[in-house]
Amino acid sequence: MATIIVVTSGKGGVGKTTTSASVSTGLAKRGFKTAVIDFDVGLRNLDLIMGCERRVVYDFVNVIQSEASLKQALIRDKHCENLYILPASQTRDKDALTKEGVGQVLDQLRQDFDYIVCDSPAGIEQGAMMALYFADEAIIVTNPEVSSVRDSDRILGILQAKSQRAVNGSGRVKEHLLITRYSPRRVEAGEMLSVKDVQDLLGVPLIGVVPESESVLQASNSGVPVIHFDKSASGQAYDDVVSRFLGEQKPMRFLEPEKKSFIQRLFGT
Amino acid sequence: MLRSDVPEVQDLFPVETKAHEPAIELKGSVFTLPVLCIRCSDLDAIDAQLAERLSKSPQFFENAPIVVDLEAVREAADPVDFGGFVHLMRARHLFPVGVQNGSPEQNEAAMAAGLAVLKGRAMKELPKAASWRKGGTAKTAKETASDSEPEDESATTTLPTPPAAIDPIRATPSNVTKVIHQPVRSGQRVIARGGDMIVLAAVNAGAEIIAEGNIHVYAPLRGRALAGVSGDTSARIFCYRMEAELLAIAGNYRVFEDNMPRDIRGKTVQVYLDGEQLIVEPLA
Repeated sequence: MATIIVVTSGKGGVGKTTTSASVSTGLAKRGFKTAVIDFDVGLRNLDLIMGCERRVVYDFVNVIQSEASLKQALIRDKHCENLYILPASQTRDKDALTKEGVGQVLDQLRQDFDYIVCDSPAGIEQGAMMALYFADEAIIVTNPEVSSVRDSDRILGILQAKSQRAVNGSGRVKEHLLITRYSPRRVEAGEMLSVKDVQDLLGVPLIGVVPESESVLQASNSGVPVIHFDKSASGQAYDDVVSRFLGEQKPMRFLEPEKKSFIQRLFGT
Repeated sequence: MLRSDVPEVQDLFPVETKAHEPAIELKGSVFTLPVLCIRCSDLDAIDAQLAERLSKSPQFFENAPIVVDLEAVREAADPVDFGGFVHLMRARHLFPVGVQNGSPEQNEAAMAAGLAVLKGRAMKELPKAASWRKGGTAKTAKETASDSEPEDESATTTLPTPPAAIDPIRATPSNVTKVIHQPVRSGQRVIARGGDMIVLAAVNAGAEIIAEGNIHVYAPLRGRALAGVSGDTSARIFCYRMEAELLAIAGNYRVFEDNMPRDIRGKTVQVYLDGEQLIVEPLA
């Protein structure tokens, strides 16, 4: 029986799709059979970040509307053999995601997979509601700024009131806070909320902090999830996130500004 | 935890019944309903006072189920026009669901008008100055529920009504306290009807907590807190860490932007009314 994980945030542009791509890749690399689903119907992004946009023939909405089988729509990742992508449709309306349809697809996936990662769209409309409705666990992606924290708070409230678990009274959705685009230097300068500030405001256990890094943009543009970039701080941070998700204890990294080297200090750069 | 403790969020997912599941299920449940005590059978007088009462907190009673207490008019010579009464209540967006403490004739007339007859226990005349506050005998909803009407065998068919009393003129909070254990998050609104609210987790910015009685928050209060919303000017708000956006007691409110005085910001405070002035005072 698979565990369903929703990656959500409320606010857009905070790194949900980047996180979905890296977390699902990390789980697959550790040998778990993993599916990642793009719920952002109308604005698909996940296939671009996973580098499989040219292989999309059928999509999630086709499967829901029985125009294609799940097997036809699932795309095998080119890097990991345990990872499958179910892309979103670019031509449909987000209301094509019905509770029954999504439930059926997830039930089918549950038979074969260990983890199902649902990449939620921004906002709190139908797509986002469907992405979180069936979740067992949730990764709340938050940037260290006030509006992102506020939107995450809103989504947390919805998770605990409107998810299937909440509605059926079958336990809580397990919450994990992931802070992305973190810049220790700007925190030190007082321009950004600190990890502690965000944690105080949201009161959710922290699963990781991903530093702001150029490699995230490079990774997105080249269609390779950043977790494959094992030299980059962001890639390493996502690897830690996956370890912690699976129950390992890992100290938080990348919370302090990088020390400048002697030469850099000498030239004042 | 009581089901009513789940913060009220707009329901985007109405529960649907699947064909293979049993269509019905019978359960017993205890509700706290506001009780409207009528002191005369003159519908015009009732309507006028109701209008005045509702104008103070128009949203609070919107579509609220109401029990009508007939104790005061039980011996009255004039019959109560229940049809007309229901009509005027509905026109004010109130849902009368039943009557209690009526005479046999009144009960019959009420049933004819579509109201249930509730086996209410005799309403004890509440002490004038609402001594529940001084005595500090606030009970949890659970306790109140368990000690109300233990003799009532027919609980499945009648609604036990804990002694909550909403007088048309003056609100008298009951002893029912709502306890919230989960954080109240942005966009959520939690309402304690007929009593106090105790919150044991943070009330975040953009959240709203509303009570007819007092409000206690044993965590940071960053959102809005409105106490005494049915006009109880003696209600107070207590909070462990004051970071609120808005505080209100009996409709007298104060908003806090970035200019919150240093002596209260982040402090443990109590809030009360002095005349029309809302006082926020640090607790030692």
